[in-house]
Amino acid sequence: MSQNKKIKLATCSLAGCFGCHMSLLDIDEKLFSLLEKIEFDRTPFTDIKHCGPCDIGIVEGGVSNSENVHVLKEFREHCKVLVAIGACAITGGVPALRNNIDLWECFQEIYLYEGGTEGNQMPNDPELPLPLDKVYPIYEVVKVDYFLPGCPPSADTILKFITDLIAGKEPGLSYDMLHYD
Amino acid sequence: MSYKLETAAHPENLKRVVIEPVTRVEGHGKVTLLLDENNRVHQARFHIVEFRGFEKFVQGRPFWEVPVMVQRLCGICPVSHNLAACKAMDMIIGATVTPAADKLRRLMHMGQILQSHALHFFYLSSPDLLFGFDSGMSKRNIAGIAEAYPDVARQGVVLRKYGQEVIRITTGKRVHGTGTIPGGVNKNLSREERDYLLKEINQIIALSQSAVELIKTIYSARTDFHNSFGSYRSSFMSLVRENGALDLYHGGLRAKDEFNQTIFDHVDYSRYWDYIHEEVKSWSYMKFPFVRSNGKKEGWYRVGPLARVNNCDFIPTVLADKERKIFQEFSGGNATHATLAYHWARMIEMLHAAEVIQELLDDNDLQSDDLLSSGERQLRGVGVIEAPRGTLIHHYRINEDEQIVRANLIVATTHNNQAMNEAIRQVALQYLDGQKITEGLLNYIEVAIRAFDPCLSCATHAIGKMPLEVELFDVGGVLIQRLVKDSNGRYRD
Repeated sequence: MSQNKKIKLATCSLAGCFGCHMSLLDIDEKLFSLLEKIEFDRTPFTDIKHCGPCDIGIVEGGVSNSENVHVLKEFREHCKVLVAIGACAITGGVPALRNNIDLWECFQEIYLYEGGTEGNQMPNDPELPLPLDKVYPIYEVVKVDYFLPGCPPSADTILKFITDLIAGKEPGLSYDMLHYD
Repeated sequence: MSYKLETAAHPENLKRVVIEPVTRVEGHGKVTLLLDENNRVHQARFHIVEFRGFEKFVQGRPFWEVPVMVQRLCGICPVSHNLAACKAMDMIIGATVTPAADKLRRLMHMGQILQSHALHFFYLSSPDLLFGFDSGMSKRNIAGIAEAYPDVARQGVVLRKYGQEVIRITTGKRVHGTGTIPGGVNKNLSREERDYLLKEINQIIALSQSAVELIKTIYSARTDFHNSFGSYRSSFMSLVRENGALDLYHGGLRAKDEFNQTIFDHVDYSRYWDYIHEEVKSWSYMKFPFVRSNGKKEGWYRVGPLARVNNCDFIPTVLADKERKIFQEFSGGNATHATLAYHWARMIEMLHAAEVIQELLDDNDLQSDDLLSSGERQLRGVGVIEAPRGTLIHHYRINEDEQIVRANLIVATTHNNQAMNEAIRQVALQYLDGQKITEGLLNYIEVAIRAFDPCLSCATHAIGKMPLEVELFDVGGVLIQRLVKDSNGRYRD
């Protein structure tokens, strides 16, 4: 990657909790020096709605609905390097605990039977994305170049990883930077 | 209060304009507008487009495991979910939490409030407030702020960092730590940790005061505009302490109507469903809560900083209460209903959080080892807390084998569902109706949503009854799975 031009970075959260994005912001003041080297494309912090051509794409969260599939494919198409960050992107994580549950039972319970629920109807509108039968890790849908484990990975881990990539190096993380909580 | 623009009478020939995804908020949402050939707005809806199903998949799990599962609802306010769940579990194990554990929980919660409010104001909303709602899209973000207002950006980073450090020290990690457990907490605050946090607290209070000054300056520079933007009158709901004080950790439920008259007060939250029900609408995965006595149509209300600062009789810290009085006088001594006043109330609360942290750090109870208690086991528990975005309700039933059998979560953003829809409809009528739609004008809609600091991940309950067919392709475009839902709503391969 060129040293003169700013590196373009896109990030998104699919079926995640934004905790990995919080960990990215946990680099605190180092954000300012990072911003000298990178430029944000589509992220939850910018108003760019679609991912353009990027050097690095970081994806948090697993794939749980049709919208997630579209966003993930857009990222893969436009990002030279695609990174799965955090437990959910890598394995499906906590949201994948729904994978053993019948969906119909699940939404009957929530929208019809749960105490204090009124309306006697289900969400059912073309504007709502279709849920998938299961929550999938992102590598089952697109090719992934790197996996950064943790719930979430620490700020130091994320920063070291991005800094190595920007420098054109193969990212090297010490043992203590990798954890699987 | 009206439902004008919720549903167009004749949607078939209208143009659809979509904002997707809504950005600089947490979670997944989109806005759809239906316009006629003269760009008159006929329908405006804010849809929550994600489902996760926590209430279903926690069933069968041991109850003591659930607080660390449900905090994964939200990486921004994990402490709040963990605390609300643990408060419910306190009831289940019959615990009266010790004074030391109560204070340590309050400390981590104030860290949570401080970091979340700083994140929202500085990282997410300040670009709208400092550059203008329809300023160039490329600079409307924290990088743009860092360039044009480096001191403001740094202030935001330092405030958020301090809140995160309070969380790290009390729970072990900045995101998804595990400080609170059913019956209390699992560690105290050592003297070294206390001294580390004390070092910066004066600076944090000063920076919080200057944040209140900043929003006041911004607000009063265009008072009429800020007062009227996406505004309407509504009811408010929040927890308050027995003496009417603002309390973000514990209290009774208080609701006031749009004319500031009490609907209910000091309600025991463990019977919340006697007061609040939720309505399902077809076009959103998020339900629409309402006060039962006022009915589905009129019973909606707002929660969060604006509701709390309006609802309480006073704030029990000196500097924040002084600011509350200024805030109140600004509306002639009445409740403030302006949508954008959320930002102002939020900064007053951030100052309050910083003051409470200072008070708590000076309390020797935090070094106590009396951290856990338990009592007679019960099969039901309700935990309620004021999370950064508003009232957060966790409700669990267990069986004799200590497994969860039912769960109900009503999160802050869900309470604000109708209110956010109302705000975007107001903005659509005020600024978009009959106009040429531009990117800048569409950001006006998002500015109204952002005022509420919605957390759409938190707000997602479970799946909807969707039509049809889903296809999953592998990287090479080969179909790997197709799911079809039959007419009975059953899924099959």
